[in-house]
Amino acid sequence: MVEIRWHGRGGQGAVTSVEMLALAAIEEGKYAQGFPSFGPERRGAPVAAFTRINDKQIKVRSGIYHPDVVIVLDPGLIGLVNVTDGLKPKGTLIVNTPKSPEQLRKELNYRGNIATVDATKIAKEELNVPITNTTMLGAVVRAAAPVKLKSLEVPLKERFGKLAPRNINALKRAYNELKISKAVK
Amino acid sequence: MAKRVGMEVAIAVAEAVGMCNVDVAAVYPITPQSHIAEHLSDIVADGRTDTEYVTVESEHSAISVVIGASGTGARTYTATSSQGLMLMHEILPIVSAMRLPICMAVANRAVSGPLNILNDHSDIMPQRDAGWIVMFTENGQEAIDLSIQSFKIAEDPEVMLPVAVNIDGFQLTHMVEPVEFPDQKAVSRFIPARKPYAMLHPDTPVTMGAFAMSDIYHEMMMVKDEVLKNSKKTILKVWDEWAKTFGRRYKPVETYRADDAEVLLVTMGSMGETAEVAIDELRKKKVSVGLVKIRLWRPFPFDEFRHVVRKAKLLIVTDRAVSFGGPGGPVHAEIKAALYHDKHRPAVHDYIIGLGGRDVRVSDFVTMVERAIKDRRKSAVKDYEFYGVRE
Repeated sequence: MVEIRWHGRGGQGAVTSVEMLALAAIEEGKYAQGFPSFGPERRGAPVAAFTRINDKQIKVRSGIYHPDVVIVLDPGLIGLVNVTDGLKPKGTLIVNTPKSPEQLRKELNYRGNIATVDATKIAKEELNVPITNTTMLGAVVRAAAPVKLKSLEVPLKERFGKLAPRNINALKRAYNELKISKAVK
Repeated sequence: MAKRVGMEVAIAVAEAVGMCNVDVAAVYPITPQSHIAEHLSDIVADGRTDTEYVTVESEHSAISVVIGASGTGARTYTATSSQGLMLMHEILPIVSAMRLPICMAVANRAVSGPLNILNDHSDIMPQRDAGWIVMFTENGQEAIDLSIQSFKIAEDPEVMLPVAVNIDGFQLTHMVEPVEFPDQKAVSRFIPARKPYAMLHPDTPVTMGAFAMSDIYHEMMMVKDEVLKNSKKTILKVWDEWAKTFGRRYKPVETYRADDAEVLLVTMGSMGETAEVAIDELRKKKVSVGLVKIRLWRPFPFDEFRHVVRKAKLLIVTDRAVSFGGPGGPVHAEIKAALYHDKHRPAVHDYIIGLGGRDVRVSDFVTMVERAIKDRRKSAVKDYEFYGVRE
């Protein structure tokens, strides 16, 4: 089972990402859960959302405390939220930032896999808005491969209709432009 | 052929209700039920069902509107949560006394105060004695299935009682997960049009919900009790038909690895599957433990419950609500009442867990079971305790 935690701010679409990823996994015939951090949400305030993906039925309905993968949609959250909290030692941290993975490794002192991509730049160029939730889906697929890139197209087309091709372009760019630094021994 | 799709459970419940040819719905939105209210109104606005969706200014009005509509013979639906259900409380016993087959989803949420929007069962427990059929669901699929079944059960001429389907707030309502929708034609066949016993109509005047003094009120309450108890026969019949038609079987009390278990954990609602994972872990450690899950809360399935626990030496009951100043949790009180006359009575240990959305993990169930077993060896079984209190 893969457990994923998303960090974003209210309004940045973390919950949509979680849903798209869960729907893509279900589309592949897998089992998945997508859920927000339960409770009230305020625009701009730090929020978390979660995805579980498994080949077998998922029975656990409690929270995720030791994720395999953490995704950070907003670079401004680093230092504000402890993004590596509970992240498995050999897990994967994926951050939207112009910084290199090595630079981030120094800042966060995390020894697992680190991947970075300037998703804000990609989103601005491809979508004309600095909303990176769909863009970062491409980064997740490349760094952690919970689903196939192709499987995400179905829920994205359903959700975004005419805007889906642009979102798919953005996530493909993030897939290609992602920089990865493997876990250090 | 049913298609497997990923969907948020609250949306799925609205979709399921949209398949049931509901005549009148009045739903006042409240967290965590809101997505049911919103999505059902979308389905109506999109013309996918010809339901009359009445917008109301409160839950008291929502339930009152569906009472009036149900009295005219309409198939009716509402949904609520927490304070909304508390506001409906005054009306709930009137619905059952008038034998109106209103179906309602309860997205379970803690009641104020202090204000809390997260999940527990403290909203439905104060409605325990309202004379409704009350059921609990464990996952999205069950929420869909029971929502559809509820109309057939409620409207059966042998029943004519309201049904509340409990769907844990957030843990279920806000979860995107895989579900299957039955075929629309099969659903339409499963729940044919309602055939009301009596109808409010200007051409054939009748009185419903009349005044009753001491000469008859007492008897009416006895009838209400008997009708609710008898409804179990219809519930079983409907679940049997559901299994034959759609392949998924429901029981008033369900079990997991319980047949040979000396110790039985008891849950109700969405924590059942998490508890199953704990049972698997404990079984690996050679602990003789199984799980009992209560689906039907009213009418309480006394016979079925006694049967599944007949060989157990210790019952570890979990409650998601408190009867303050009373015997602990309401589920545990019910279970003790069920076993009072039995010669072979297991010890019963009650844990109050997960109030106001406090997360209960697999490891918590493991700890509860191990601790209760230890307490029993020391003959120190507690009536009830609040599990996991921060100190």
